Amino acid sequence: MADLLTPQLNAETPAPDWLQSRRLAGRAAWESSEMPTRKTEAWKYTSLFALQQPFMAARESAESAEELGLELPQLAGSRLVFVNGFWREDLSEIEPDAAIELVRFSDADQTQAALIAQHLGSVVPGNKHPFSALNDAVLADGVFLRILTGSKAARPVQLVWHNSPQVDAAINSQRLLVLAEQHSEATVVEHFSGQGHSFTNGLPELILAAGAALSHSRLHLESAEALHVGGLHAALERDATLNSFHVAFGGKLKRIDIVINHQGHGAHCQLDGMYLLRGQEHVDYHTCIEHALPHCTTDETFRGIVGDKASAVFNGRIHIHPDAQKTRAELSNKNLLTSATAEVNTKPELEIYADDVQCAHGATVAQLDESMLHYLRTRGIPADEALVLLSYGFINALVEKQRLESLRDYLKPRLANYFGAALALDPDDAGG
Amino acid sequence: MLSIKDLHAEVEGKNILKGLNLEIREGEVHAIMGPNGSGKSTLGHVLSGRPGYEITQGSVEFLGKDLLKLDTEERAHLGLFLAFQYPVEIPGVSNMEFLKASVDAVRESQGASAYDTVGFMRRAREACAAVDLDQAFLKRGVNEGFSGGEKKRNELMQMMLLEPRLCILDETDSGLDIDAMQVVASGVNAMRSESRSFLLVTHYQRLLDYIEPDFVHVLADGRIIRSGDTSLALELEAKGYSWLDDSEVA
Ligand SMILES: Nc1ncnc2c1ncn2[C@@H]1O[C@H](COP(=O)(O)OP(=O)(O)OP(=O)(O)O)[C@@H](O)[C@H]1O
Ligand SMILES: [Mg+2]
Repeated sequence: MADLLTPQLNAETPAPDWLQSRRLAGRAAWESSEMPTRKTEAWKYTSLFALQQPFMAARESAESAEELGLELPQLAGSRLVFVNGFWREDLSEIEPDAAIELVRFSDADQTQAALIAQHLGSVVPGNKHPFSALNDAVLADGVFLRILTGSKAARPVQLVWHNSPQVDAAINSQRLLVLAEQHSEATVVEHFSGQGHSFTNGLPELILAAGAALSHSRLHLESAEALHVGGLHAALERDATLNSFHVAFGGKLKRIDIVINHQGHGAHCQLDGMYLLRGQEHVDYHTCIEHALPHCTTDETFRGIVGDKASAVFNGRIHIHPDAQKTRAELSNKNLLTSATAEVNTKPELEIYADDVQCAHGATVAQLDESMLHYLRTRGIPADEALVLLSYGFINALVEKQRLESLRDYLKPRLANYFGAALALDPDDAGG
Repeated sequence: MLSIKDLHAEVEGKNILKGLNLEIREGEVHAIMGPNGSGKSTLGHVLSGRPGYEITQGSVEFLGKDLLKLDTEERAHLGLFLAFQYPVEIPGVSNMEFLKASVDAVRESQGASAYDTVGFMRRAREACAAVDLDQAFLKRGVNEGFSGGEKKRNELMQMMLLEPRLCILDETDSGLDIDAMQVVASGVNAMRSESRSFLLVTHYQRLLDYIEPDFVHVLADGRIIRSGDTSLALELEAKGYSWLDDSEVA
């Protein structure tokens, strides 16, 4: 498999000199790494078989946003758009904001390049994930967002990786470094979209200095054909706050690892997510929250709706180190199965090595509630529409919790549409 | 309007309705009383088409149609409404959204145009006020965390908005304070018309002081064992069901 993905290593894309050593190291690590198989505990329910076909770095296409099928939330701030992995200046927009610096790695000035070199990869654990190595190995460009000390970004920053319908089997290597300096504040939306068959290897890193507050969303709204493997890594210093919201429509294969390190006293993280699957889609979320120091808190809520023959995996680990006294951590994962053939494997993993902590976790997998369905139908609501309402109701609270109104407005009709289309497939199957 | 003949139904292999006959004509109000577990709610569920209730014998005709052949939502489209004894909570779906989906679906099936959002919201607010519920209940999840009485008022609100032909109220008066009982009664009385009928399931003769029924029936052990007028309710109130048990059941 490493062989199959290797051709892109040879498709040399120019990169700044200061990235060369990282690329070489990544390449060496990738070539010596072994692909995880289902014998590896962390990959037990997710096969990488779908990756066994060639993907290529695709040439830039010149279509308009319309032709590309690019529909974005109206966030009114800066926007960087990549299509098939290539930056598209014509679709991007930079709104001047004195609180932030937003550049591509290839455009970084000397100070920025030094900051990127210093922080990039600093929160990604070495050779744990072969795909991080692959990401390094092909690193040509990336996005650097710096939020300056004590400043608050006026508007959300939107980062889009899109696949055009014109290119088949495109490969996307996404890299993002967010450096939220002390007591800074900003909102970032990562957005994956597009049609057709594609492979994305995403690797965002969020570094929150003391007192920084970052609101972050990551939307995986690609086609059912899409493959996405990658990890999000975050580090939170003293009193930093991270709100991270994840939405994943299903794809052929999606495996997303989220690792959040509480490494300063009093850091707080709210992690919300939902995955919505149908057909034969597969989504695997592995989350891991490391509580290394005292007085940190975590609120984690993931909800999944899985229909048809789709399968989802949720593995939520919270690791409380011996020093992490006065930790408060909550993890909840609820799943709704809308067909008898859908499958969910959920596993909360609490590892607690400190004694003075408050922790709670819960995971449920349930069929659609027959009595709710019947109640709606007695009110004249047809079964398929009732299924949409109930599915929507299941995740609604998570959407409403998000503070960006423009994002909520963008998601709501799309979610309703998604449920409509998903459930129209087999309304009679619901409730098993 | 509704004609039930020799209806037998079972739940989980247990016979509950054992040859029930009932005839309701347009504009009539019928009350059904009967001991706990006699099958009153089961009758409502069977008429609404609830899964798990199997009809083993008999027939039900509603407005000239074979009711038992219709899907639950089609029954609602025809004008059948059941106010549940235990209304279901649906977290995450707002009451307003639910009411709109419901009214839209029923109107669409009847070939009527959908209300525009503003017009619908005005109607919903009026109905909400009519059952004496705070407007905040329109924004909450359907029945989510509602008190027993609030749930009953919510059922009534739905009935008002849907304007059904036959309203089955399963103990809508149970667990209500005296004011709420008046709300139910005035709601029903305001909706009484020559073309609309009611089937009230109740344990309390008192409700029938406010809503005067045309007929009172006693349901025991899955059958209607006695029918009469309001004097039957008064007699039951005074003597209890054992008085009937002796002469009619055992
Ligand atoms: N799912 C079920 N499984 C087994 N028995 C059931 C089920 N549903 C109802 N029953 C039984 O059917 C009988 C009739 O119940 P039903 O709810 O119709 O009574 P009811 O007349 O409405 O009583 P109440 O006055 O207490 O509301 C009861 O004995 C009840 O236990
Ligand atoms: Mg009952």
